[in-house]
Amino acid sequence: MRWLLLKDLQILRRSPLLVGLLVVYPIAIALLIGLALSRGPDKPKVAFVNQVPPGASTFKLGGQEIDASKYAERLFESVEPIRVRTRAEAVEKVRDGEALGALIVPPDITEKLGTGLQSAEVEVIYNNEDPVKGRYVEQIINSRLADANAALADKLREIAVQDIKLLLDGGELSLFGRTLDILGLRRTQEILEDALRSLPPDAPERRRLREVEEFASLAVANLNLATDVVGTVSQPVRVKRTPLQGKRTPLDSFAVAIAVTVSLMFVTVLLASGMLALEREEHAFTRLVRGLVSRVGLLAEKVGLAALCAWVVAVAMTCGIGLFVSLDWGRFPLWLVALAFGAAAFGALGVAIGGLAREVRAASLLAFLLSLPIAFLALVPSGAVSSGVYDVVRVVSALFPFKPALDAMDSALNDTGQSLLGPLAHLTALTVAFLAVARLALRRFA
Amino acid sequence: MSAPARTAPTATALVARGLTRRFGERVALRDVGFAVGPGELVAVIGPNGAGKTTLLSILAGIQRPDSGEVTPPAGGVGWVPQAPALYSKLSVAENLRLFARLEGVADPEAAVQGMLEQAALGDRAGDEVGTLSGGNRQRVNIAIGLLADPAVLLLDEPSSALDPRQRERLWEFVGGLTARGTAIVYSTHIVQEAERYADRVLVLADGELIFTGTPRELEAESGASGVDFEAAFVRFLHDRGH
Repeated sequence: MRWLLLKDLQILRRSPLLVGLLVVYPIAIALLIGLALSRGPDKPKVAFVNQVPPGASTFKLGGQEIDASKYAERLFESVEPIRVRTRAEAVEKVRDGEALGALIVPPDITEKLGTGLQSAEVEVIYNNEDPVKGRYVEQIINSRLADANAALADKLREIAVQDIKLLLDGGELSLFGRTLDILGLRRTQEILEDALRSLPPDAPERRRLREVEEFASLAVANLNLATDVVGTVSQPVRVKRTPLQGKRTPLDSFAVAIAVTVSLMFVTVLLASGMLALEREEHAFTRLVRGLVSRVGLLAEKVGLAALCAWVVAVAMTCGIGLFVSLDWGRFPLWLVALAFGAAAFGALGVAIGGLAREVRAASLLAFLLSLPIAFLALVPSGAVSSGVYDVVRVVSALFPFKPALDAMDSALNDTGQSLLGPLAHLTALTVAFLAVARLALRRFA
Repeated sequence: MSAPARTAPTATALVARGLTRRFGERVALRDVGFAVGPGELVAVIGPNGAGKTTLLSILAGIQRPDSGEVTPPAGGVGWVPQAPALYSKLSVAENLRLFARLEGVADPEAAVQGMLEQAALGDRAGDEVGTLSGGNRQRVNIAIGLLADPAVLLLDEPSSALDPRQRERLWEFVGGLTARGTAIVYSTHIVQEAERYADRVLVLADGELIFTGTPRELEAESGASGVDFEAAFVRFLHDRGH
C-alpha cells in the first residue's frame, strides 16, 4: 500500500494547480476569518443634522437641567457621524452613498422634552439600496435611540421620585427664581392630628378636620408605594442569563471551529473522491485489484492519503488563525486528535462519493453538491425552523461527518464542558459506514 | 512476421476447462475449453457480444466463472487491458517501477531496465506517459503485464486504438515475446490480424467456442475459395447461424 501512497503523492506533486488550490484555499479562508475576527466591523457612516440652536441643547425639567447632547453622544459610539447643516444635505449624502443613513434632530426637541408631557421626535432616513447594510444601520440607530430613551426615562423617573418625596416630606422648591418652603403631607398629617387632639370631642370642626387628616394619611401611604412603582417602571424587565448546557463557547472560537471544519471537509472529500475516481479513469483499477492490492486496501490508501494531506493543511490553518485569534494552545493535542478523526470520516465519505460517481469530474461536482448542504444543515440553529423540521435536520446532520467533526473541533478548541469522546465515537462509526458504502460501490467500479 | 500453421500444443502453458459464465438469464460463456502451448500466439475472434472479453477476464482472474477452471491460476498469468492502464502523470520508468513493486518482483530496478530494453523505450524512460503516442503507451501497457515474467500473457484488443504503423510495431514486439517462449492469447475484432499473426484462432459466438484451429483451417472449414479471410470468417459464422 505504501507504493500506492507514494505514487499518489508523486501525482499530486505533478499537479501544481490542484495542490495549489488545496493549499491556498484553506489558507485564504484562515486569513480572511482571522482578519475578520481580529478587527471589529467598521462604524457605518451616518449623516447627522442637529437643528437645535447653539446653546439650546439643555432643558429644565422638575427644576433640574438636562443636557440632551450628552444622550446624542451615545449614538456616535456605534456610527461615524457626517455632520451636515440641513436635511437636504443629509438626504444628498445618503443618495450619493456617502452615508448609509441620516439622523435629523429637529430644533424643538429640547422644548418638547422640557414640557415633560410631549414626546419629542427625530427623523431617520435609510438607504435601502443594500438591504443588508440598510438593515444594519436601522438596527444600530434604533438600538442607540432606545438607549438614549432609556437614559432620559431614568432621568425623568429620578425627577419624579424627588418630587414625590418633596410632596411627602416637604422641603424647599425653586420656582421662577423664588425658593418656596413646601410643608409636605407627613407634616400636614401631624399638624392635623395635633389640632384634632386640642379640639373638644363635640366641636363641629372636628368631623371636617378628621376627613382631611384621613386623606393626608391615605396619600402618605400611597405615595410611599408610588416611589417604588416609578422605580420599577424605569426598568420593567431585567435579564438574568442562564446558559443551559456546559460552558459558553466564545463566538470567535466557534467561528474558528467552523472555518477549520469546512476546510477539512472540502480538502479531504475532494481529494479522496478524486483520487479514487482517477484510478478508474486511468484504467488502473482493474489491474490493481487483480491480486496486487485488495479493494479494501485501495480504499484505506485513498482515505489515508486524503486524511493525511487535509490534516496537515487543517493543522497549519488552525495555527495560522491562532496568530489572529486567541486560542487555548494548551489544548493543541486535542486539536490534532479531533482533526485526525474528522479527516478520516471525511475521507471515507470522499471514497464513497468517488466510488459512486466513478469519474473525477462527476466525483468533484458531487462532492461540492453534497458538502455544502451538509455544512449548512449542521449550522441550522434550533428555533430557526419548526421542531419537526429541526428533528429531520438533526437526523440528516448525524448521517454525515460535518456535525460531529464540528462538535469535536469545538470541544478540542474550547473548554465547552462537552466530552470529546462522543463526537469521536460518532466519527468512527461514520468512517466505518462510509467505507462500507464505498466497498459496495466498487462492485460496479471497473 | 510469419504465421506458421500449428495445431493444439503438446506442452501447455494455459488450460481452460468447461468455462461457463452467466449474467442473470443470459449465458455469456458456455462450456468453453482449450489449451495454449508455450510460445504460441492465439487469437480469440468473434462477433460483438460473443464473449471474448468475458473469456479473457476469466482467464485473467478478474471475473470468476460459474463453473470450470483455469490452469495456471490468475497469479501466473500476465494481463494487458484494452485501454492502457497507466498513470499519465508518472514517467514510463515510474509506472514500470510502481507495478514491479506491487507485483513483488525480487529486483524491481532490474525488471524495469529489462522491460525498457525489451519494449525499446529506454530513450523515453523519463517521459511522462501522458506525453507518449498511443503506440508507445500500449507498449508500456504490455511491458507492465510482462513485469512478473508470466508464462502466459493475455491481451484484450491490443491494437484497437492504434494506427497501422503503430500496429505493425506492436506485432513486432509481440512476436519477440512469443519467440522467447511466452504464450499469448489476444482478443481482436480485426480478423485480418488474426489471419496474419495468430498461430491459432478460437472463434466464439454467443458464448460458445465454435472453432479452434489455424486461420487456414478456418478458411477451409468455411468452404469459401477465392475470397479473403474476413469474407471466409463471415461465411463461416453465417453457415452456423450467427
